[in-house]
Amino acid sequence: MKFLIVILFIISFKLFSAEGGPCGNYLSEDVAMGLCEEFKSEHENKASLQRGAKLFMNYCYGCHSLKYARYNRVARDLGIPEDLFQKNLLFGDQKMGDLMNIGMDQSESKEWFGVAPPDLTLETSLRGEDWVYTYLISFYEDESRPFGVNNKVYENVGMPNVMGNLQGIQKSVCKEVPKIADNGGIKQDPLTGDIIKEEKCGFLDISKEGEVSNDEFKNSMKDLTNFLSYMSDPIKEEREYIGKFVILYLLIFTILSYLLYREFKKDVH
Amino acid sequence: MLTKLLNWVDDRFPLTDTFERHLSKYPAPIGQNIWYLAGVLLIVVLVIQLISGIWLLMNYVPTSEGAFASIQYIMRDVDYGWVIRYMHTTGASMFFLLIYLHMFRGLLYGSYQKPRELLWVLGWITYIILVAEGFTGYVLPWGQMSFWAAQVILSLIGSIPVFGEELLTWIRGDYLISGITLSRLFAFHVVLLPLALIAVVFVHIIALHEVGSNNPEGVDVKKHLDDDGVPLDSVPFFPYDVVKDLFAIGVFLILFCFILFFFPDGGGYFIEYINYEEANNLKTPEHIVPAWYYTPYYAMLRAITFPIGPLTAKFLGFMVMVAAMVIIALVPWLDRSPVKSIRYKGIYSKIALFLLVFSFLVLGYLGMVAPNPLRTTLAQVFTALYFLYFILMPFYTKYEKCKEVPSRIKVR
Repeated sequence: MKFLIVILFIISFKLFSAEGGPCGNYLSEDVAMGLCEEFKSEHENKASLQRGAKLFMNYCYGCHSLKYARYNRVARDLGIPEDLFQKNLLFGDQKMGDLMNIGMDQSESKEWFGVAPPDLTLETSLRGEDWVYTYLISFYEDESRPFGVNNKVYENVGMPNVMGNLQGIQKSVCKEVPKIADNGGIKQDPLTGDIIKEEKCGFLDISKEGEVSNDEFKNSMKDLTNFLSYMSDPIKEEREYIGKFVILYLLIFTILSYLLYREFKKDVH
Repeated sequence: MLTKLLNWVDDRFPLTDTFERHLSKYPAPIGQNIWYLAGVLLIVVLVIQLISGIWLLMNYVPTSEGAFASIQYIMRDVDYGWVIRYMHTTGASMFFLLIYLHMFRGLLYGSYQKPRELLWVLGWITYIILVAEGFTGYVLPWGQMSFWAAQVILSLIGSIPVFGEELLTWIRGDYLISGITLSRLFAFHVVLLPLALIAVVFVHIIALHEVGSNNPEGVDVKKHLDDDGVPLDSVPFFPYDVVKDLFAIGVFLILFCFILFFFPDGGGYFIEYINYEEANNLKTPEHIVPAWYYTPYYAMLRAITFPIGPLTAKFLGFMVMVAAMVIIALVPWLDRSPVKSIRYKGIYSKIALFLLVFSFLVLGYLGMVAPNPLRTTLAQVFTALYFLYFILMPFYTKYEKCKEVPSRIKVR
């Protein structure tokens, strides 16, 4: 019997074991290797979405299009007055009703970066919000790469660290961390009770701060991810709002139909 | 005046007669439980799919250049286009969920036994049409998974010996999956298959009303009739079943709308995340997974890893997959039990049905995850178990000890 349980345990372990985490080589003190930082979008937080939109238009929109969305829809949804939007966020001869396409030529950008920068309208739906946020904060210095930077989440990505001036210089470093025992707890010295430490590499560390502090930078990246999350699913807020009334209506309908059913059921013997 | 008009019509067309026969006075056996609701809910979903499909069609562009963008156009620029689209995607998954429950009910209570063999086969045909409808529909959004799932499934045709490759090219209309393939799958999805589906469902219902509905007891209600020739253990469809169905539809729509408004992706099962990227024939996704409702068959396809003689493993896997679907149609002739319902069948039938369901679920899981040697071995074992349910059915149903079936239905 014991043997059977061991076999079943081994089988289930092999059966359900995942093949690496979704976030590549990302490592921090909060999450295990390869797991993403958690991010929860707030589409009702208009201020955050507006800050995210500003960041996107200034730092990303040169290379990444949002070609399934329209300017005027973004302005309306984010509560940005159209004239302000037109003045500050619209470039060239584009109109408010246009799709958010960029001027950069796909074949040229392929030559510059090795791959054409993808459209980002649906990025958070495709990869997940957690992934996008973790990706944005995990660029680090790597002399072997053409742009001098690499990314923990997306190893050898073609994208330069466009927000490097904000973030500063981030490096991949080794740290003394508490050793984790097989049972998942922290390993302690049996005699002194001291925590046993080991050296682990691959942590990210800001060696020189940029224009903003690390916390401010992370908050900015949260705003940016929030904006991209809105981009992927612009109707989410309205959808869930309408949904509540639909469910409420159906509940009333179902209760009434249940009472009717119960009444007729009495006839059946 | 109205009676006069009705009489005028009735003299020329059996309107009242048809209405009474199929709706108002159709005798529904008493004691039908929750499993019997899947049928009416399938009709509801069919209507949802047809109506939402028509509205999607008004804005969808069936070309390789325009398909993906037109879906986003529907989601963003068309007024309430997102409701229509999420109705259709949620409906697709619900369609399969319900048809699997409906088929399970049939196996549970022997609803395929004499005189309902043809009814079962007609139901099986609707299932096969639905599988084709689901597959063709899955390709239309033209995302990465649409493209690569189509690539994998259609390439199975290429594994047929001798003329497979030529056949494949003929069906695709191109040397690879392309806009040409998309537009022909589109034509099947919106015209041919829905027409066939409606026709066969109609015939399925006519056949049902000819032989009458089964019940969880497996009692033949037609053996005890009242003076008018109506089964004693039955109630007229209107109002008794209508109010019951109305209640069931209410509960179902709550679930349906909950998904539609709060979890339209279904955690990546109803709309797969990889499908948020436009189809790209130069970029193969890491692993290709079909929609959840096909994964048991997909696991069977991958379970065959060895060639036999000149036949490739891929072709054999394809054949196993086809056989797994076809064998379902033969159940009425494999079951030799004197009783219909599982309630009166012996222990062997109960174990066999449990193993079938368990195998189907395990295969469903294995079809979703990336294969490794252990998973492949398990897929082989459970594929064998799946087939054993059918192959051994003539024996275990014949030699097991059944309980005696009462002559009348007792309402619990």
